[in-house]
Amino acid sequence: MFHIYCPYCAEYREEEEFHPKGQAHIARPADPTASSDDAWGDYLFFRDNPRGVHHELWVHAVGCRKFFNITRDTRSYAILETYRMGEQPGVTAETATLAERDIERRTSDTATIQGVPS
Amino acid sequence: MQRYSGFSLVKHALSHHENWQRHWRNPVPKKEYDVIIVGGGGHGLATAYYLAKQHGITNVAVIEKGWLGGGNTARNTTIVRSNYLWDESAALYEHSMKLWEGLSQDLNYNVMFSQRGVLNLGHTLQDMRDIQRRVHANRLNGIDGEVVTPEQIKEIEPALDTSERARYPILGASWQPRGGVARHDAVAWGFARGADARGVDLLQQTEVTGFKIVDGKVVGVHTNRGDIGARTVGCVTAGNSGVLAKMAGFQLPVESHPLQALVSEPLKPILNTVTMSNHVHGYISQSDKGDLVIGAGIDGYLGYGQRGSFSVVEHTLQAIIEMFPMFSRVRMNRQWGGIVDTTPDACPIISKTPVQGLFFNCGWGTGGFKATPGSGNVFAWTLAHGQAHPIAAAFSIDRFRTGALIDEHGAAGVAH
Repeated sequence: MFHIYCPYCAEYREEEEFHPKGQAHIARPADPTASSDDAWGDYLFFRDNPRGVHHELWVHAVGCRKFFNITRDTRSYAILETYRMGEQPGVTAETATLAERDIERRTSDTATIQGVPS
Repeated sequence: MQRYSGFSLVKHALSHHENWQRHWRNPVPKKEYDVIIVGGGGHGLATAYYLAKQHGITNVAVIEKGWLGGGNTARNTTIVRSNYLWDESAALYEHSMKLWEGLSQDLNYNVMFSQRGVLNLGHTLQDMRDIQRRVHANRLNGIDGEVVTPEQIKEIEPALDTSERARYPILGASWQPRGGVARHDAVAWGFARGADARGVDLLQQTEVTGFKIVDGKVVGVHTNRGDIGARTVGCVTAGNSGVLAKMAGFQLPVESHPLQALVSEPLKPILNTVTMSNHVHGYISQSDKGDLVIGAGIDGYLGYGQRGSFSVVEHTLQAIIEMFPMFSRVRMNRQWGGIVDTTPDACPIISKTPVQGLFFNCGWGTGGFKATPGSGNVFAWTLAHGQAHPIAAAFSIDRFRTGALIDEHGAAGVAH
């Protein structure tokens, strides 16, 4: 269960209040009618899907209903930062340290929670 | 390969069952193979099996970073059905269903395929219209199915609350009698044993760390146990497909999400069939051991952690209690997650890639188990011929650029 800091409400709230909306910072082709099938297909469907640091769009659906961005590690699920629409991420795959990504602690948590794999 | 039969059971009883062979070898990797399959889950092992059996290609390695069948093959809710709406997916899943029906004999391995039937419930007028449309489409495609009334549902599954008192009363259902469940581990082990017996090397604890690509053509893979050469490489890596595609230098239209399942404490037999509901979103069957096997929905966010959010478990159990109020005091025993690779149209990708000789079979999302034999069968054909099997042709990666999507979202009961 995530505890997410909404940059508009300036408060931590429970995951249930939010909805994830996929990869952030995807630029819509400037002139869709001039766009090739390949470029339009890439824009609509093809995603980074990284195993590691990911910038993603969320909406505070039952809160302020505003969209914002989260930088999160998709292995440890550690949230590295949240920031408003139009802003650029402060943490990226290149700059995030292992400690920030929180991998070691989370991995041992997982072992306790999951127990024997089924 | 030592064949299993009633006779062999009696014969081995005389030596106290101490002389059974191992299921498969644990070989040292060769320098080069004709075909390398990355991913030793059900689909990958089935691919290797059919390559060896139907196409005579036995110089094959299956490379698995963990142990065989330890990913989604071991984590799903084992439901098998083929009642998909569109012609392309109906052909694929029905192809698989026909293989399921002879699989235990074919593999000489009991996969415990039990055709106990699958109910997809409808709770609204629109649900019922969709169900009627889908059942008619199924029947035109030669797939069994009928629309059943609440009275008929009551006879099939007496434990279901078919009364009008429910918060979301059941108005009817689609019923596929040939659907059912199978023993997930046995499917992986049976295919592994059959492939190994035909000469396929099953390399466990071997992780692919990159592809060797020369002039746009794949010539092998890098692994933690050294480089291995190959003329053709097939990736069947489910949740990690996007990671492998990135190693090969391209993107896939897939996103990896955690999908959870849970089982209850073992109960005496109570459920006759598999019950799925799209509207309240839950699905349930009972294993031979007696546990209620319950499937949840995916978490909406990307994740590779093989665990999901507690809120999803809570919503799923609300749905189960809505359908079966008598289970309200059943205790849940275990819960786990697997990583599923979902596509925008909820259909798989069985396809060539921008790299010559490199093929992907992925994007099965939340419903890959039912397709295990069929997926392996058409992918083996694709690898052997270097071009898509006629059934697989529609599932090319190109559809996300041409727009020829096969939209199975919600069309197939519940999306698992």
